[in-house]
Amino acid sequence: MSTLAASPAQRAIRRGLVLTGIGLAALAGVYLLALQFTPIERFQGLPQKIFYVHVPAAWSALLAFSLVGIASALYLWLRDPRLDWFAESSAEAGLVFSVVMLTTGPLWGKPIWGTYWTWDARLTFTLLLFFLFLGYRALRGAMHEPGDRARYSAVVGIMGLVLVPFVHLTVYLFNTLHPKPIVLKPDSPSLPWEMLRTLLVSLGAFTVLLFGFVTARYGLARRSAEQGEEVGRGD
Amino acid sequence: MRETLRVALVVAEKDLRVELRSRTAFISAVTLAALILLVFNFARDAAVVSREALAPSVLWVTLAFVGVTVLNRSFAVERENGALDGLLLAPVSRSAVFLGKYAANLVFVLVVETLTVLLVVLFFGADLRGTLGAILATVFLASAGFVAVGTVFAAMTARTRFAELMLPLLLLPFLVPPVIAGVQVTTRLLAGRPVSEIAGWLRILGLYDIVFFTLGLLVFPSLMDE
Repeated sequence: MSTLAASPAQRAIRRGLVLTGIGLAALAGVYLLALQFTPIERFQGLPQKIFYVHVPAAWSALLAFSLVGIASALYLWLRDPRLDWFAESSAEAGLVFSVVMLTTGPLWGKPIWGTYWTWDARLTFTLLLFFLFLGYRALRGAMHEPGDRARYSAVVGIMGLVLVPFVHLTVYLFNTLHPKPIVLKPDSPSLPWEMLRTLLVSLGAFTVLLFGFVTARYGLARRSAEQGEEVGRGD
Repeated sequence: MRETLRVALVVAEKDLRVELRSRTAFISAVTLAALILLVFNFARDAAVVSREALAPSVLWVTLAFVGVTVLNRSFAVERENGALDGLLLAPVSRSAVFLGKYAANLVFVLVVETLTVLLVVLFFGADLRGTLGAILATVFLASAGFVAVGTVFAAMTARTRFAELMLPLLLLPFLVPPVIAGVQVTTRLLAGRPVSEIAGWLRILGLYDIVFFTLGLLVFPSLMDE
């Protein structure tokens, strides 16, 4: 669409792609840093390296989901379609990072905990959040009228945001009432400097990636809305 | 305020009258509960797990699925013959419509749930002497909040494709806190534990009810805009 070359949507896509490029380059740097310049953890060995991808992915996912809740609340108040596009984009980016979090977690858990999955409070909590936003995405996919879709999904976004503390509280109470064997936790406060440095760099890289994804996806959502067609329509 | 309550009562009464006249949904819901219990019985190794030990879990899982199924009906009936449009054309506040639908749903869900509790007593041998009232009160406390969420979501999903699939998908995550609290309270009640052990869980349930009822009342009008 050469006629739309300078449209805001096009600019957002371009900015998003640039950010994503920077994020991917930084991610390559993280791999190098984690594998070459960070010491191997004494007790866990190599599997501990997953930590540098897993934790930042979880951070990006939770950040993205918080943004969905906030954008949803603002949408119902201001009714600005840009907030809806932003919420949609954040939800999808959040789902992508959740998948990274939920696949790297079990890969680490198998050698360290001896099992891919346990019903630990934190695991349960993040899995539920993932399902919540899968539902959010499914609802969007099942609706065509942009106004209805925006209002309905905003309601789900707000409800989800309010649900989070309840889920958090109940799964933790549930867990403390049923004590589990002591689990090895990689994020002990006494993280050596080299490891902390790698983690911080990785957190930065994942945050840039998140904003790259969200910005590019926002541009796509905006462009398709302006062209009066649907993006990511369910079947 | 009084006008809102009057309209809410009219809406609720209309819903319950539709239910009483046909009774199809009611009978189907109770049958569904009984069938879920039947399936549960075969999902357990009788030599390893006693039916009494499984009773609290069975009760709450059954309540969750029956609750979701019943709520689906709430706005599906309104969609037929464009009844929802008629309801929305009426010069009444949307909050009153929410209150009415909520009240009717809550009554319907609670009646079905009460029968489900009795069926669990019958099929899973839970000894409820002395605790039946407390368990029914817990069921009520656990339902008041999720029915509010369910009323909001059913209003939305009734207008989407795959409504019967969409509602459970959206609603089941919201059932997790009430189900966790419900199982914890029921297990302790059945074991004859002191009230102090369940007070915290009951407080969470009460808070959940207040928060989601209020939120439902606030967001429902924006769903009904045209």
